[in-house]
Amino acid sequence: MKNNKLSILTNGIIKENPILVLILGTCPFLAVTTQASNAIGMGAAVTFVLLCSNIMISLLRKVISDKVRIPCYIVVIASFVTLVQMIVKAFLPALDVALGLYLPLIVVNCIILGRAEMFANKNNAFDSALDAIGMGVGYTLAMLAMASIREIFGAGTWFGIELPVLIDNNISIMTMAPGGFAIFGILIAIINKASNGKAIKKKDFSCEGCPSAAACNGQNCAEKKGAAAK
Amino acid sequence: MNKNMVVSVNPHIYAGQTTQTIMRDVLIALFPAVIASIVFFGIQALLVEVVCVAVAVLCEWAFEKITGRPVTILDCSAAVTGLILALNLPVNIPLWQAVFGSFVAIVVVKQLFGGIGQNFANPAITARVIMLVAFSGAMTTWAPAAFSNAPVDAATAATPLAILSGAEGELPTLLQMFLGARGGSLGETSCLALLLGFAYLLYRQVITWHTPVAFIGTVLVCTALLGRQPLYQVMAGGLFLGAIFMATDYTTSPPTPKGRLIFGLGCGLITVLIRVWGNFPEGVSFSILLMNILNPYICEWTKTKPFGGVQA
Repeated sequence: MKNNKLSILTNGIIKENPILVLILGTCPFLAVTTQASNAIGMGAAVTFVLLCSNIMISLLRKVISDKVRIPCYIVVIASFVTLVQMIVKAFLPALDVALGLYLPLIVVNCIILGRAEMFANKNNAFDSALDAIGMGVGYTLAMLAMASIREIFGAGTWFGIELPVLIDNNISIMTMAPGGFAIFGILIAIINKASNGKAIKKKDFSCEGCPSAAACNGQNCAEKKGAAAK
Repeated sequence: MNKNMVVSVNPHIYAGQTTQTIMRDVLIALFPAVIASIVFFGIQALLVEVVCVAVAVLCEWAFEKITGRPVTILDCSAAVTGLILALNLPVNIPLWQAVFGSFVAIVVVKQLFGGIGQNFANPAITARVIMLVAFSGAMTTWAPAAFSNAPVDAATAATPLAILSGAEGELPTLLQMFLGARGGSLGETSCLALLLGFAYLLYRQVITWHTPVAFIGTVLVCTALLGRQPLYQVMAGGLFLGAIFMATDYTTSPPTPKGRLIFGLGCGLITVLIRVWGNFPEGVSFSILLMNILNPYICEWTKTKPFGGVQA
């Protein structure tokens, strides 16, 4: 069981990395990773919201009725996001400008909603906190890796520090949207290669993990299996 | 290819064409354009071309060695990609940017999608577009060509297309346009050299006339209808180079005559749209890239019905 706790914590870093394996929350991932400092800021904000909301939802999991759980999650998450937004606005106005719309949009970030749905509503508060920390660290590391590559090659700087040769020979497409998509794809490929493809294949979603299971009663999956059999 | 994997119905005619002979013919057909680039832009042009070809072949070899795929550098396809890319670059391009372009063309566009015959878009054209976005300064700074009417001490020259869309400068004469004495990419300026290559490719039956004629014809007709100096529009920019050598790429253009006409027509329309109403003065590379993406649909629409076959 102790091993289990450790694996909950470490799962999010590589094996179930929220961005590079589960492919959740990709919009801010592509949008704010043009500078390493933004990546850290965004990662910290998401980790904080994830930690608080995972704990809160886990504590309330017996109280929240299954039928209205998604609105309840959103209310919980939105409260914490509002908190973060106010703190950032008050103490880190530069970061607030850099992250822009993506800070309030953490409310609808799939990672947070996804962990609430897939983990926090089935596990106790301590495990949920471990899961949130692991996922948050995994998210931040992925953001940092992506932002470092894009900033170093695209702008010739890292955390705003100008790098000798690269500053004069920057490849500006890296900081634009196409470069973001290309590096995202390459990072996914590297993680997939490093884990021998297990990380993704293992995530064969069962009805338990599916957010719309209550509405569909397994019909979609049955249809898909039928189609595959044909 | 593994002989066991070839499935076709007899009788067969042996044409003697292999990937290697086709690519060799393309290299021969590009030779006049290479000569023209050296005549008009000096020995630096040859250096850019050598670097691009060498890096393209090296990348192909290294990637196939690392991933354990069969090494295909002897079929010359990487050399063709490198050379076409080089002919699409301005002469003063920093060499490391040319290296980056060749790497993108071979590794990202060609090999990551599965190697020769598997790429969804022409590697050279995609690399050029990526470089145009990445190094927009260096990619649009044109050195004046020899025998052109740019001032002798000028470091840069506007291309005829830029002049047509309003930049400062004197338009070259039509003869200068045809021979290639004007600002532009290495291989795109000399229509004469490119037409020689076109004739050779037609003679060797490497390509058919459909795509280039439809492409250039559409640009001619559209710009004539819009009253925008059609002869200059046709000879300016990379239209001949793109239509003859890049829009006819086997992997990324349709195999049937009808499909090829549609492909050329689409390329021409997009080129005119970009040139006349777009932000960029030149649209040939974008048009070919966009039509490459539409290619699977064109293939689907123009599928040949088997003789005696019934519509399914």
